[in-house]
Amino acid sequence: MRTVIVVGASLSGLYAARELRAQGFDGRLVVVGDEPHRPYDRPPLSKDFLTGRSGEDRLALGDTEELAELDAEWLLGTRARGLDTRDRTVLLDDGRTISGDGVVIATGASARRLPGPALAGVHTLRTLDDARALRAELTAGARRVVVIGGGFIGAETASSCAGLGHDVTVVEAAPLPLVPQLGPEMAALCAALHRRGGVDLVTGTGVAALRGRGAVTGVELSDGRLLPAEVVIVGIGAVPNTGWLAGSPLALDDGVLCDDGCATALPQVVAVGDVARVGGTRAEHWTSATEQPRIAVRNLLAGYTAETLRPLPYFWSDQYGARIQFAGRRLDTDTVRIAEGTVTDGAPGEGGLLALYEREGRTTAVLSVDRPRPFMRARRELGRGAGAMEAVS
Amino acid sequence: MIPVCRLDDLPAGESARVDTMPPIAVFNADGELYAIDDTCTHQDASLSEGWLEGCLVECPLHAASFDLRTGLPTCLPARRAVRTHRVTVDDGVIHVHVAAEEDTAA
Repeated sequence: MRTVIVVGASLSGLYAARELRAQGFDGRLVVVGDEPHRPYDRPPLSKDFLTGRSGEDRLALGDTEELAELDAEWLLGTRARGLDTRDRTVLLDDGRTISGDGVVIATGASARRLPGPALAGVHTLRTLDDARALRAELTAGARRVVVIGGGFIGAETASSCAGLGHDVTVVEAAPLPLVPQLGPEMAALCAALHRRGGVDLVTGTGVAALRGRGAVTGVELSDGRLLPAEVVIVGIGAVPNTGWLAGSPLALDDGVLCDDGCATALPQVVAVGDVARVGGTRAEHWTSATEQPRIAVRNLLAGYTAETLRPLPYFWSDQYGARIQFAGRRLDTDTVRIAEGTVTDGAPGEGGLLALYEREGRTTAVLSVDRPRPFMRARRELGRGAGAMEAVS
Repeated sequence: MIPVCRLDDLPAGESARVDTMPPIAVFNADGELYAIDDTCTHQDASLSEGWLEGCLVECPLHAASFDLRTGLPTCLPARRAVRTHRVTVDDGVIHVHVAAEEDTAA
């Protein structure tokens, strides 16, 4: 292979570039990124970066020296608008084309937006530029903030805003946030953290409209209530960036469809990170974005799926001074048992807790609030168990 | 020189966190004592709560791994070393000698 094009210059794109070099690819390496920035880490954007505890220097992934060693051509601020798979040519929005022997699709996902005209004061939080804009607004004095969506981004952002002294309300359309991820019992415990942080949580009602002319003044809920707001943060999920692949023969369905080895149906095209639906699952997790590139690159260089992976899902969230960690694959029918710690007033007690999800006598998943050590042990055991199960199945 | 705890209270495989500024983690790795800065250089997590295996400790948040002898990361996502500190045992009590900033491994 003489030329490999990595489309996407974020976490998984950078890891793919690293893996290409680590696995011996010494040809031309081109990395295309639609943002003007060098690769950076997103998790701090809703937390330490937003609150001003850390600056942009702490977000950089890879220093100048390492990036130089990668010996890649960085086409930043350049959006890919098409892929011609016959000769693996990536078309760029500035009219240029790059042809390669291999393509790594790492275009990530974009924040889902509310329909309607753009209003000042309405933000999403996905990119560094999003975070810069929101941070600037939050430092301009105390505000009434409404966060739409009670998922991890919503909860973390609400927590950061409350920490900065703003008056914060979170609106969640479902009766309880985080149920798909954590199940109802544990979702209820985590939802109670909002109260601890002094944030109002409004559930079971959607958003009918944003109010305001030019700048937002409030959020009108489906049940008729009006929440006044000068700042609105829309945290209602993300959509995989596959639009540029329309018309290509790649199978697209909520992501780029791949086998368990991150390989598409086309030889020499692999996908990693938030945009990739690997073995039927699309995971918007930091850990997936860092684990998939090793396998994807191995298979890209081999020219066939030589190795597959089915890592144990893992994610974490920091909110209201609590660190939530979850690993495993739970089903709604699993029972939940609090193995360590206590519940106080409907929320994790001081000292946190460790909960095990169980099915027919075995553990399927583990949730921890501020108990990193036993969580790590349980996560490792789960990983071993999952590996053993796959080996026999 | 900061007293940490009695040697008897830190058996092999265990760790202790010292609330200095910044905090320090002390490990008993199969009988050898090591002290490093407690905070992972990648992102805010306490290494004293990490996974100890031989002379390596794995961060409980993102699985970055550090060599207790040198403070150097042995894998991503951490890229910068943690400071290492000298440890002594006097009268059965573990003490940490906090290194100056310039002692940090490159």
